Amino acid sequence: MNTISRSVVKKDHEPKIRGESVFVNDYTAAGDARPILTGKLLHASVARAKVLSVELPELPEGYCYVDARDVPGSNHVLMITWNDLPVFCDETVEYIGEAIGMVVGPDDQEVSRILGEIKVNYEPLDPVLDLREATEAVRERDFGYGDPEKAFAEADSVIEEEFETGYQEHAYLEPQGFMAEPEEDGKMFVHGSCQCAYSVQDAVVSVLGCKYRDVHVLQDVTGGGFGGKEAFPSLLASQVAVAAQKMKAPVRCVYDRKEDLAYSFKRHPSLCRYKMALKDGKVTAVDCDIRLNAGAYCTLSGLVLDRAAATAAGVYSFPNLHVHAAALKTNTVPNDAYRGFGGPQVIFAMERLMDHAAKTLGADEVAFRRQYLVKQGDRTVTEGRHHFPVPLPEMIDMLDAACGYWEKHAAYAKPQNGRFRRGIGMALARHGDGLTGTTERDLGFSIRLRKHPDGRVEVLAANAEIGQGTRTTFPKIVAHELGIPLEKVSYQHPDTGRVENSGPTSASRSLMIVGELLRRAAIRLREQWADGEEQEVRESYTEPDFVISFDLDKFRGDAFPTDSWSACAVEAEVDSFTGNTEILSAVGVFDVGTPVDENIVIGQMEGGFLQGLGYASMEQMAYDGTGRIRNNSFSDYLIPTAADVPKLKTLLHVEEYPDGPYGAKGAGEMPLVGAAAAYAAAVEQALGTDKHRLNRLPITVEDVMKELYREEESDGHDSI
Amino acid sequence: MDTIRFELNTRPVSWEGQASARLLDTLRRDFSCLSVKCGCGEGECGACAVLVDGRLINSCCVAMGAVDGKAILTLEGFRETPQFAALNRAFADFSAVQCGFCTPGMVLAAHALLTARPDPSEAEIREGLSGNLCRCTGYNAIVNAVKAAAKEGLW
Repeated sequence: MNTISRSVVKKDHEPKIRGESVFVNDYTAAGDARPILTGKLLHASVARAKVLSVELPELPEGYCYVDARDVPGSNHVLMITWNDLPVFCDETVEYIGEAIGMVVGPDDQEVSRILGEIKVNYEPLDPVLDLREATEAVRERDFGYGDPEKAFAEADSVIEEEFETGYQEHAYLEPQGFMAEPEEDGKMFVHGSCQCAYSVQDAVVSVLGCKYRDVHVLQDVTGGGFGGKEAFPSLLASQVAVAAQKMKAPVRCVYDRKEDLAYSFKRHPSLCRYKMALKDGKVTAVDCDIRLNAGAYCTLSGLVLDRAAATAAGVYSFPNLHVHAAALKTNTVPNDAYRGFGGPQVIFAMERLMDHAAKTLGADEVAFRRQYLVKQGDRTVTEGRHHFPVPLPEMIDMLDAACGYWEKHAAYAKPQNGRFRRGIGMALARHGDGLTGTTERDLGFSIRLRKHPDGRVEVLAANAEIGQGTRTTFPKIVAHELGIPLEKVSYQHPDTGRVENSGPTSASRSLMIVGELLRRAAIRLREQWADGEEQEVRESYTEPDFVISFDLDKFRGDAFPTDSWSACAVEAEVDSFTGNTEILSAVGVFDVGTPVDENIVIGQMEGGFLQGLGYASMEQMAYDGTGRIRNNSFSDYLIPTAADVPKLKTLLHVEEYPDGPYGAKGAGEMPLVGAAAAYAAAVEQALGTDKHRLNRLPITVEDVMKELYREEESDGHDSI
Repeated sequence: MDTIRFELNTRPVSWEGQASARLLDTLRRDFSCLSVKCGCGEGECGACAVLVDGRLINSCCVAMGAVDGKAILTLEGFRETPQFAALNRAFADFSAVQCGFCTPGMVLAAHALLTARPDPSEAEIREGLSGNLCRCTGYNAIVNAVKAAAKEGLW
């Protein structure tokens, strides 16, 4: 084991376990400080309408209503390059939950009372609610290679299936919250729960119509993110900044759980139609049609779509390929970044299709997969290259050794007629590491190390500690290179007023990309180290030489410099009387490169894997015929508890990446991506291998019962 | 206005306000017990869990009127005990704290569990913690930490 992998006590452990960490809702106005005003949002109650008027009750002194008329700059929230989302609605509202305005005042109960008395008059417009009927693409991609049309025309047979996945809510335990405080020097101090302090600054500067130096953003201690605090905080921060500017006082808005579940951004529901051409028992072409439900505004859907498209064929290489992908507008809550970022949806489609193609050919599902696995040197779907070894064959063997896959698979393939029926399924997945295409290079992210005269070193970077360990792993890398104790290196929560923009906390990039910048900077600092002096070293990203530069318009080249890989297996037991399914065991083998702290990486694998199993099995969220999310509480939207998957195990296979620190690659997202496909395969085997097609997520009790009824009907029994 | 007398972190206190006020809000606002977090406000997540007469209770679902005469323990009080020190060490060794938002409730849940069952099986640990949601860890590290802390024989 690399010495860097040895686990340490996390730097944020002590304040967090003692309950002393200050989250945004924990700030109090001490002594004679200005009181913190509470802001609460007026959310649209119809999916699409013209807002004719807002009737306010009489407002007591000190209370105020804020809306688009109070926005000094742009009323649109800048998110990377998209800015269609209004801070407060324009003339129309486009989804239930869209912010119309905000009531602000000193007493939160009084604010709630006022909010409850506001009457909004709407002129309803026809909403688009069904993804199947959506036609307005916010982004579309069409690409491929070879001659798929010819391959389909010459095929012996074609398998065509449709796959549907539902919402997933991040369910970070700390709800969204942000606060803005006008400072005495005229600056606006904005802080809260987020992943990307610099993105929040971009948004707030544009909304306030001021200069960058007039706004600084601090990432407070953040109670989980998983992508949910990537873009959404730019909206909430803009809203509180506008209110604080108007009130000339600190304003804080913290979502309650119901608001958060119903109105914060989510994982894109998807509809994928995949076709496979077979000739002489071999796959000759695959056609992928991917539709993501973007919701009412684009937000980051364009980027999510790109990653989905670039992951369309999963871990396989086929002779001919066509991919069409579109993110489509509907009048529902915007969908956005969520761990996996478009990957889980297409991996589900591809893995299920591989299972079903193998069944159709009478082949073993895993042996069938092995024939098409990508190898080092193969082209990617975007005609870039897989530059590094692809360790999937070894990982499949590791998986079998850990869970007895083949033995169980053979045993469960025999007819099962009892009440409890078992199955085991495997899925293979990849996750491209870092931001898609040339974004890393184009945006020129950088970091600094500051050495103080007493020998302490501080990391100045913008990546957020959101539980995944950057406050520990970043200093670990620096201390390791400098050969100084870890206590001498610190990494505070980033404030854009004093740290470099090292880019967003997203795309599994923090450790692999920013960690490598830190390693290089630390080496330079070591070389020029002068006792007793204050010194600074800055390091910027440069694209590795081997990369085939990505052309975004043609969608061609290396979408990612390298990939992380996973092979996971799930063993499930279906109760054929009730339709309930229990996960007996779940084992994942992950290649995320060298772990820069084994406990931290295993913690990411276990947490991500369980989130993926929740996505597959229990996390159901849907909207009704009016576009209203029906599951807005933790009693309606269930996430896994400690008792749900008692036997969950993760193992690491290490394939070192030369441009990541000590060989590290992206880790945060990989464990989630393949879990759902493995779960579906397990339940399908438990139901009986040949008849069933579980192509929709999550797989509910009702879905299982339906399959069981179908089985009875086809057996000639009366249905119940 | 109602006067409610109770014990908070081993000290007797008196509080005046509406008996219908939530214990969660009162602890945070009037007693600066900011370790008590609001994760859902409906008793589903356990982030606001405190001990009331030794029993693990979600403080978002308790009215102040119901705590008259009771003894309440929050992490602010518990963190001064040897049992906390044992859990702290074990959570550190297994890196069982990620984002930290569920942690105060989780630590109190672990204490309540170990008080009831000083030598729990893994299934009992999982059951005992199942009222406290954690979205980060996948629970294994927490379960292992509680197992390790139990071995110190302090409960």
